[in-house]
Amino acid sequence: MSPAPVTVTPLSTYRNDTPYPFCPGCGHGPILDRLNEALVALGRDPHEIVLVSDIGCSGLSDQYFDTHAFHGLHGRSLTYATGLKLARPSLTVIVIMGDGGTGIGGAHLLAAARRNLDLTVLVFNNFNFGMTGGQHSATTPAGALTSTTPGGHLERPLDLCATAVASGATYVCRATSFDADLGRRIGEAVAHPGFALLDIWEPCTAYFAPRNRLGKKATTELMASLGFERGLMHQSEAPEYGAVYRAAARGVSAATSVASTLIEPRFRSSLTRPFRLVLAGAAGGRVGTAAHMLCRAAILSDLFAAERRDYPVTVKTGYSLAEVVLSPAPIEDATVAAADALVVLSPEGRAQAAPYLSRLVSGARIFALAGIELTADERRVERLDPSAAPRKLPSDVIATTMVAAVALRLELAPLAALRAAAEGEGDPARMSAAIDAAERLASAP
Amino acid sequence: MREFIDGSTAIVRGALDSGCDFFAGYPITPASPILMAMMRELPPRGGVAIQAEDEIASIGMCIGAVMAGARALTATSGPGMSLYSENLGLAIMGEVPLVVVDVQRLGPATGGATTVAQGDVQFVRWGTSGGFPIIALAPSSIADCYRLTRRAFELAERFRCPVFLVSDKELNLTTNTIEAGEAGGVGTPTASAHAVPALAPVGGDDLVRFTGSTHDERGFLTKDPRKVERLNLHLAAKIEQHRDEIELVEADLVPQARTLVISYGVTAGGQREAVRAARRTGHAVSSLVIQSLWPVPERALASALHGIERVVVAELNQGQYLREIEKLAGSREVVGLQRIDGRLLTSDQVLEAIV
Ligand SMILES: Cc1ncc(C[n+]2csc(CCOP(=O)(O)OP(=O)(O)O)c2C)c(N)n1
Ligand code: SF4
Ligand SMILES: [Mg+2]
Repeated sequence: MSPAPVTVTPLSTYRNDTPYPFCPGCGHGPILDRLNEALVALGRDPHEIVLVSDIGCSGLSDQYFDTHAFHGLHGRSLTYATGLKLARPSLTVIVIMGDGGTGIGGAHLLAAARRNLDLTVLVFNNFNFGMTGGQHSATTPAGALTSTTPGGHLERPLDLCATAVASGATYVCRATSFDADLGRRIGEAVAHPGFALLDIWEPCTAYFAPRNRLGKKATTELMASLGFERGLMHQSEAPEYGAVYRAAARGVSAATSVASTLIEPRFRSSLTRPFRLVLAGAAGGRVGTAAHMLCRAAILSDLFAAERRDYPVTVKTGYSLAEVVLSPAPIEDATVAAADALVVLSPEGRAQAAPYLSRLVSGARIFALAGIELTADERRVERLDPSAAPRKLPSDVIATTMVAAVALRLELAPLAALRAAAEGEGDPARMSAAIDAAERLASAP
Repeated sequence: MREFIDGSTAIVRGALDSGCDFFAGYPITPASPILMAMMRELPPRGGVAIQAEDEIASIGMCIGAVMAGARALTATSGPGMSLYSENLGLAIMGEVPLVVVDVQRLGPATGGATTVAQGDVQFVRWGTSGGFPIIALAPSSIADCYRLTRRAFELAERFRCPVFLVSDKELNLTTNTIEAGEAGGVGTPTASAHAVPALAPVGGDDLVRFTGSTHDERGFLTKDPRKVERLNLHLAAKIEQHRDEIELVEADLVPQARTLVISYGVTAGGQREAVRAARRTGHAVSSLVIQSLWPVPERALASALHGIERVVVAELNQGQYLREIEKLAGSREVVGLQRIDGRLLTSDQVLEAIV
């Protein structure tokens, strides 16, 4: 049986029966009436429309429409609108915010305009905070009287339209609540497939308008005296962020970076108790690679391994430190309070190694690159000199070579395990050369 | 088969296996690896991950996305948590299921970006205005990072509230060895997070009225004292009345023990080793690792305290959870073992405090 045909009857109004709560003469009501007209003309399903309102008297607006409604925090409406639209691209998202909300959420306006996500922003611009008692806002003209500028405002007003244009908005228009064509403009902005901003100037009859004698005529004159343009200021075509996002996602490799890399233990280590090492080297010296190689070699040898890193906030300079714990049992405490072995890989690691030198376990082993002075008894220090290799080793495998040599001397993991682990850490040929060099170093006197 | 993995990766896997399809975040050490992983993982799966202009926008976008039917995660650290504050209140008021990872670092202010601490324990509980209850879970191992992330999504959707996953720099960035499967990644996850009915999304068949203002059942603003009270009692009761269900601890109790050691998060690692060492030398010690920090797991604590004379609370702050334990400990001796120098409490330090 075929489904019954569906007839779509356009709504005659998107308003519900609740009267507006605004003061007599307030511009908010007339703008909302024009919004309703625009919605009727567009004829979209109310289930596909969401009004995202900000805070303030203008923030009450969503309650008078039978559409979806989202009433969030002061100045943050654009962030909710972005989430709504990205998660459900079919939605028509209309943001209503006051000049106050636009000011406090300025960073969101810049970012949203730059993205060009398909959102429509209606700024109910009455030059002050209506709801909280007529304080000045980002759009209050210089010299204007507000409850926080009793001697006249000292700052110049933000040109919202110019800001939106400069930030990349693709539809920008300035209007007033008195304009006969406001409904058409709102419809145009909603239909525009990108970020659209309509800066609508209007009276706050409780505060700003009477204090500054800003009626219909004076509003238009104010625009001219400030040199602010009126009407459609900018309309252009640019890729819409949501569409671009989804297209780019299709081109991204589906290879996940968080899949398990399972390690099957297939070698044996002679270690029978937890063993704690500290590897101290230079930032950029591949200390992490060396530590990771050692841990994976240990796991391949049926041990458990943990690696804890420490480095300064700037990663390409100074020291790089790794604490490594190897154990026949799962490791709960991955810290190295007292080390069983300390490996100083480069001069930068010396200072970091110093505190560990003063609290080594008895019988601990100390290894250092040839030529690095340590505050330890020189007879205890086992010197490693990778430059003594027959062929010069690339600098990026020196740390791996030294750590593998230490692992062999301490019998933490067999050569085959170190080789298998190293080959997983980088270019197999270079890593293999590193392990060859480590084998020679380990047996050198 | 074993795996060498860090907590951050386990959290990301937990989120993906829970069906998370939206992430918004702002870079901050030590939470950035979660942002970077989600940026790689979500788009090819048809989800959305975005680096927002700031933390206020991050959580705002997540709230918007959830209300449009997405399952969202965000992650940050102390300074970002401060910027989340107002929107956390919005998520409580609007009953938004949202998982927030706080990868703790040393505070206050910028503090130590690459330094561990557990200083946000009371902050997550009281971090927004109004004083309403929230749920906070604290993973104590890499396996927990996965398991509790999944649990966080389940709880968020069941109770329709923000759920915090309170982790820290060391837990997230230290790599450790686990048995295969302990942190997901093998086979297809069971979709347990879908067990509860989803909220009616914006754009769905029912017109949705979402608001951060005090509202009636239909989402309209109200000042009617009866309706105001009903809403506020509901926001608290939906969590308070389900404490037993939310409660999650790892109890390792011995009947003869007179000493109980309590910790949570990364500090539990040192505690577990210390308790083992103490028992090897003939000391009967009980151990409780708290995985559901908020609401305080009172039932589990009451049974763990049975027969105990001395309680040691180990944490990387100046006694934030100690005061919660003191409220329940009666006349027992309660001592804090604390470290706030950016280092972890070692098993040796815990051992010294419990034998
Ligand atoms: C974070 C925050 N700070 C302050 C307020 C108080 N507040 C409520 S409305 C408002 C100003 C609203 O002005 P505007 O956006 O211009 O709206 P209008 O009332 O003029 O329509 C302020 C500051 C708030 N709600 N939230
Ligand atoms: S205070 Fe101003 S903005 Fe608010 S309703 Fe009254 S006139 Fe309108
Ligand atoms: Mg205003």
